[in-house]
Parts: sequence; C-alpha cells; structure tokens
Amino acid sequence: MSARAETRLWLAQRASAAVLALCVAVHLATMIAAVRGGLTAAEMLGRTRGSIAWAAFYGVFVLAVSIHAPIGLRTVASEWLGWRGRSADVACTIVGVALLALGARAILAVTR
Amino acid sequence: MSTLAVSVWRGGRDGRFQTFMVPRLDAQTVLDVVTHIQRRLDPTLAYRFACRVGMCGSCSMTVNGEPRWTCRTHVANVERNGKLEIAPLAHLPIVRDLVTDMREFFDKWARARGQFQPTKTRRDDVARVAPSSAGRLAIDAAIECIGCGVCYAACDVVAWNPDYLGPAALNRAWTLTNDVRDGAGRARLAAVAGDAGCHACHTHESCSERCPKHLAPTASIAGLKRATALAALRGEL
Repeated sequence: MSARAETRLWLAQRASAAVLALCVAVHLATMIAAVRGGLTAAEMLGRTRGSIAWAAFYGVFVLAVSIHAPIGLRTVASEWLGWRGRSADVACTIVGVALLALGARAILAVTR
Repeated sequence: MSTLAVSVWRGGRDGRFQTFMVPRLDAQTVLDVVTHIQRRLDPTLAYRFACRVGMCGSCSMTVNGEPRWTCRTHVANVERNGKLEIAPLAHLPIVRDLVTDMREFFDKWARARGQFQPTKTRRDDVARVAPSSAGRLAIDAAIECIGCGVCYAACDVVAWNPDYLGPAALNRAWTLTNDVRDGAGRARLAAVAGDAGCHACHTHESCSERCPKHLAPTASIAGLKRATALAALRGEL
C-alpha cells in the first residue's frame, strides 16, 4: 500500500475516532436515561420508529464504526499476528463491510 | 569493601547470563563495572564503548531490564540489593556478549531519508536561519540525538513490526523536515509515512522516557504525523 493510502487510512481512523467519541457518549447517556426512566422496549421502539433524527444519528455511528474498526484490526493483525499485505487488507475490508451491513440492518429494525 | 553480583550476558542469541563479583566503588558507573570485568576477571568479554562521557552513544546496554547509556549511569541509581543484570540492547541482533549489530538501526536512518539534501552550492550565500524561527526551535528540541539506540531498544512497536523505522530515525527525519535549507521534503515525508513509519507509533512514549539526552522522539513523530497528514490532504504525498 502506498504512503499516501496509508496516511489516508490513518487520517480516516483518527477522524472516525473523533466522531465515535461523541456518538458513544450520546449513546451511553441515552441508554442510561432510557433504562432509569423505566421505558419499556415497546416505548423505546415507539420513539425510534419513523424518527429521521435517530436513523441519522445511528447511521453516522455505524459508518464511523465501519471505518474505524477494520483499520484498527489491520494494525492488530500486523503487530500481533504478523499478518500483513493484501490478504490482511481484504480480510479487514470484509469486516468493515460486514459491520456496515449488520449496523444498517439494526438501524432499519428500530427506525423503520 | 562491598561487592556487586553482576550477571552479564555471554554468547549470542542463545547465550546465557554469567555472574561476576565486582568491587563496589564510589561514583561507579555501569561501564566501569563492565570494564572491570573485562580487564580483571574475563578478557574475553565483548562490549563496546568509546568516549565514556555521554557523547558517542556506543556503550548502550540493557541494565536491570531497561536500556541505558552505561557510561553515564551510576550503579547507585540502578543496583537492586547489590545486584546488576547487564544484557545487550533489545531489538538488535547480538554479535557476542554485550555487542549488538547496529546496521539495521542506522540503515533505517537512511531509509527515513536522514541525509541532508542541499539546495544551494558553495557559491551561494550562507543561509540565514533566525534562532527564534519555529523551524529552528523544532530542530533545537530534537537535534542532540547521539544515535545510542536506547529509544529503539525501548520501543514496543519495533518489537511488533520489524520494518518500523523507529524513534531515532523518525526524530532525525523531523529535524530535516524543519530545515529550510533542505530540499528533500516531499520525498522524506513519503519515506516516513505509513505502516513502517510515523503512523505506526502508538505514542507509548517509551522512547521519550528512556532517551538519555532527554529528547522527545514521540513529539517529533507527532510532528511527522501532522506534516504527512497535511501533505496527504493537499495531494502532495
């Protein structure tokens, strides 16, 4: 992989980390507030279904995870398993696409 | 007179520690201890030193598990219950006993384009660099590296990724990146970017913690990360 591509991967991981810091904080605060507030699953779904705002928020969250995690896994594979090169890049891309698909499915399930 | 029990690495990679009893003296350095063993107890002990005053960077060893320059390390600061363990620097091939093969360490300086690339000739005026300029200040903070290899031996990423250029080579590249007289900026940034370069650094700061010259290679590497990121965004990488 070229120096330019690797630098862009590094930038993408840092940028997605910044987005995740915000998303995780909002997600945790929402979870705690919902549970402490005594909301049932049905009541939660009643608020999220048809909500463009929640769909957009979790859409950004899932996108950031799908960018951040595979780049980090690529480094872990390299440093801990000695797994480098094209096969590792392809495997991590598959993980990223899988996270995106699973995340999109979960968002659709609670917002559609 | 009290004595020190000194375990010294003998042989190559598959060697073992050998214990020597060495007289404990006032103001004794670890290099004094090794020299005593070689001159008085076992002349076959191989080790490397030159200046003895913290300038040449050749006497680095692993002392009680930590990389150190031995000529400026007082025994009083590192001995534990009258014991010392002295081994060759980590992350480098062992030639014999306490001597490591430094070729890979210095080859990486060359791979990081650690050579100055002049942009003027002898017929041009001498470059005028203001001592207070940002570039000169950044260079001042990083230029006193003596190439001892302590940071390289302390770095976890070097252990995990053998291609990683390492703190010293990247620190050198950072000084040249800030040198207004140098003409290899883009090529150097391309050389130090990526998985074997500055982006592999985890910012553990072991290099900065261990550097006997109190430099901060981590800060230099962070500078390279910023410079390469900007170059990538501008399409200059």
